[in-house]
Amino acid sequence: MIEVEHLQKRFVVRRGRLRRERHVVEAVRDVSFRIDRGELVGYLGPNGAGKSTTIKMLTGILVPSGGRISVAGMEPSRQRVELARRIGAMFGQRIQLWWDLPLLDSFELLRHIYRVPADRYRASLARFCEVLELDPFLHTPVRQLSLGQRIRGELTAAMLHGPELLFLDEPTIGLDVVAKQRVRDFLVEINRQDGVTVLLTTHDLGDIERLCERLLVIDHGSLIWDGRIAELRVRYGDERTLVVDLEEPAPPLRVEGARVERVEGPRQWLRFRGPAAELTARVAAAAQVVDLQIAEPDIEEIVRRIYTGK
Amino acid sequence: MRLDWEIAKRGWRRYAAYPWATAAGVFTNSVFGFLQAYILLAVYRHRTHVGGYDAHDAVTYVWLAQALLMTVYVFGWQELALRVRDGSIATDLARPLDPQRYWLAYDLGRAPYHLLFRGVLPFAVGALAFRLHYPGALDALLFALSLALAVVVSLGFRFLYNLPAFWLLDLRGVLILVIAVNLFFSGMLVPIAFFPRWLGLVAQFLPFAAILQTPIDVWLGKHGGWELAGVLALQAGWAVVLLGLGRVGLRAATRKLVIQGG
Amino acid sequence: MVDAVLLWRRLVGAQVRSQVQYRGSFALELVGAFVIAFLDFVAVLVIFHNTPRLAEWTVQEVAFLYALSSITFAFTDLLIGHLDLFPRLIRDGNFDILLVRPRGTLFQVIASDFQLRRLGKAAQGVLVLVYALSALEIHWTAPRVVVLLASIPAGVLIFSAVWVVFASLAFWTTDSGEFTNAFTYGGNFLAQYPIDIYGAWLRRLLAYLIPLAFVCYFPALYVLGKQDPLGLPRVLQFLSPAVALAVAVVAGCVWRFAVRHYRSAGG
Repeated sequence: MIEVEHLQKRFVVRRGRLRRERHVVEAVRDVSFRIDRGELVGYLGPNGAGKSTTIKMLTGILVPSGGRISVAGMEPSRQRVELARRIGAMFGQRIQLWWDLPLLDSFELLRHIYRVPADRYRASLARFCEVLELDPFLHTPVRQLSLGQRIRGELTAAMLHGPELLFLDEPTIGLDVVAKQRVRDFLVEINRQDGVTVLLTTHDLGDIERLCERLLVIDHGSLIWDGRIAELRVRYGDERTLVVDLEEPAPPLRVEGARVERVEGPRQWLRFRGPAAELTARVAAAAQVVDLQIAEPDIEEIVRRIYTGK
Repeated sequence: MRLDWEIAKRGWRRYAAYPWATAAGVFTNSVFGFLQAYILLAVYRHRTHVGGYDAHDAVTYVWLAQALLMTVYVFGWQELALRVRDGSIATDLARPLDPQRYWLAYDLGRAPYHLLFRGVLPFAVGALAFRLHYPGALDALLFALSLALAVVVSLGFRFLYNLPAFWLLDLRGVLILVIAVNLFFSGMLVPIAFFPRWLGLVAQFLPFAAILQTPIDVWLGKHGGWELAGVLALQAGWAVVLLGLGRVGLRAATRKLVIQGG
Repeated sequence: MVDAVLLWRRLVGAQVRSQVQYRGSFALELVGAFVIAFLDFVAVLVIFHNTPRLAEWTVQEVAFLYALSSITFAFTDLLIGHLDLFPRLIRDGNFDILLVRPRGTLFQVIASDFQLRRLGKAAQGVLVLVYALSALEIHWTAPRVVVLLASIPAGVLIFSAVWVVFASLAFWTTDSGEFTNAFTYGGNFLAQYPIDIYGAWLRRLLAYLIPLAFVCYFPALYVLGKQDPLGLPRVLQFLSPAVALAVAVVAGCVWRFAVRHYRSAGG
C-alpha cells in the first residue's frame, strides 16, 4: 500500500533581520519503510521529529527533496488529485468541516466534492451515524459542537468517500477518556472489518497500546524503530517492576538481582531483569510477604528510552 | 503614573509586533495618497482656491490625512468590544483600574508608534513626489498639541461606540454606520473645506472634524490668533464631552453586568 | 466544467442559507454596505460642487464611470472578497486540507465563502447608474449595449485576477494582507475616476501592467461616445474581454506557481 524509499525533505529557513541568514533544516533524512494493505500502524516521535512532514509527503501536500514514495501505486506529489480520491486524512488540530454550517451540510458538500454515489453515501452515513452516535447533533452547526463531537464528525468526513487508506494526525488530542475510547473502537472496526489501512501519528500512548500492532518511531528525521510492539517490549522493556506488599513497613529490602526503587509504607517497588520466579523466591525468603505483583514496563517508559537512546 | 506608562508601552508593543503589516500599510497609504492628490489636483485645473485652500494646501492635506489616519485611528476599533464578547471584561472590571483610563493610556502608547511608523514614511513619499506646505516653528508645536488632543477625542469616540457591546451581541451594524459617519465628517474622504457651505456647517458641530481636519488645518496655518485658540479649545471640549459620556455609559454597562451576570 | 459550476453553486448555496437565517443582522449589514459605498459617491458629488468638470468629464459622466466601477467591484467582492482572509487560512494551517481533496485549490478557496451583504454596494451602484443614464444623452447602438454589458463580467474578471495575484503573496508571507488592499480597494477607488486625471506614469501602469483602465474607462469612452482626451487608439475601447481573459490566465499561472512553491518550501 505504502512504499517509502530513502525519503528526504530539506527546508530552507531564513532567519535574522531581513531574513538574510540561510539555514538548511533536514526534517526527514533517509527514511524507508513499507506498509501493507490492512495494517494499522502507529507513527511516533517527539515534536519536530519529522512526523507531520512525512505524513504531508505521503498525502501529496509536500513535495519530497529526494527519495521515492508510492502510495496506492501512485506518486503523491505528482498525482495529488487522483490519490485524494483513494485516501482520507484527518488532522486533529485543524478543521476540515464548514464552521458555520450544520454537520450534515458538511457531509453533503464533501459527498459532492468526492463525487460519492447517492446510495453509497447514504449507507456510509447511516453506518457512521450509528457507530459514532452522531444523530443527536447532526443538525448542529459545527462551531457549537464540543471537541469530542467535532472529532467524530471529522472522522466521518474523512471516511465518507470510502477511502482505502486513512491518515490520522493526532486524532485523540484533547479528548476525554470516553471519547477516546469511541474513536479507538471506530478505528479498530474500520481496520478489522473493512480492511482500511491506517497510519496514525500520536503522542497518546494509550492509542498505541490499544490500536497498533506495529510502530514506527522517528527522531531527528530518521527512523529509529520499525517493528511490532511485542518486540519493542522485549528489546527495550528488559527491566520490570516487582511490587511487594509486606506485612508491615520495613526498610528497603536487600535482595540479589533487584534494587528498590520506591517505598510507601508496607509496599515496595523493586526493579529487576530476567525471570521473575527466582527473585520472587528470594524476596519471600527475605521478608514477610502478603502479596506481590509484576508490572510490565509501560509504553511511555519504553518510548522515552528509545528517544533517549538507551 | 508609573502604571499608565506600563500600559502605554503595552499599547505600543501590540502594534510594533507586526512590522511587515505596518510596512504593507505604509504602502497602501502611499497609493491612496497619490490617488487622492491627483483627484484634488484635477479640481485645481479650473480654480486656484477652494474653501481657502490652494493646490499645495490641498495636496498637503491629502498626504497628512494618509499619514495621520492610523495615529488618530479613523477606521473601526473594536478592542474593548472584543473583550466584552469573550468575557475577559469581567476580570478587567474586577481590577482596581478604571477601564477608560486604561484604554486612554494604552492609546497614548499606540499613537506615537503609528505616528512614527505609519505616519512619517507616507508623508515622506508625498513630500518627494509633490510640493507640500510646511509649518513654521510655532505652528508645528501647536500642531503637535492639536494632534495629541485629536487622539484623545478619537479615543473618547471609539470608547463610546464600543460600549453597545455590553448590550448587543453583534456590533457589526453599529460599527459600519459609525465608521461611515466618522470617515466622512472627519474629512478623510474629502477635505471639509471642499464641502458645500451647509454641509461644512454641520461638520463643524460634530466632533469628527476635531479628529483629523483640525490638526491638519493647524499645520496648514489656516487659523490665526483667537481663532486658533478657539479650535484647540473646541478639541479639548469635545475630548471632555466624549470621555464624560463614556464614563456615564460605562457606569450603566457595569451596572448591567453586575445585575445580569453578562 | 459544468460539474465545477454545479459544485460551486452547492458550496455557495450552503453559505447563503446560513447567512439569510439571521435576517435582522443580515439586513443591517446589507444597509451598512450600501451606506458605506454610497459615501464614496457623496465624495464625488462634493468634489463636483467645486468644479463643473473634472479634467474633461462632467459629473454625470463621472457618475457613469463610478457606477460601473462600483457594480463591477461589488460583484468581484461578492465572489472572492474573502481572499482577504486567505493569509489567515495559510497561517492556521488549514490550506493543507484543501490539498488532500480531489479538487483544485483555487476553486475550493473561491467557493468557500459568498457574503451576500456585499450586494449592498452593487445596489448603490445601480442607483447611481440609473441617475447617470437618465442624465446623459447616450446614442444607444447595438455595439454600445454589448460593450456596456460585456464590461461588467470582463471587469469582474480583471479585478478578480488582480486580487488572486496579490492574494497568492500569502504563500510567501502571511503579513501581506494590507499590501493586497492597496491593489484591490485601491483599484476600485481609482477606477471610479477617469484615468486622465492621474499622472502619466500611473496611467501607463493602469493601461498596460495592471490593466484596470479596461474595467470601466475604455468601455465608458465608447458607450459615451467620448473622444479620448489622451488620444489613445480607439481599438482599446473594445479590448476589455480579451484583456480580461489574458489576465485571468496570468492569475491562474501565478496561483499555480505559488502553490508549487508552498508544496516545496513547506507549510
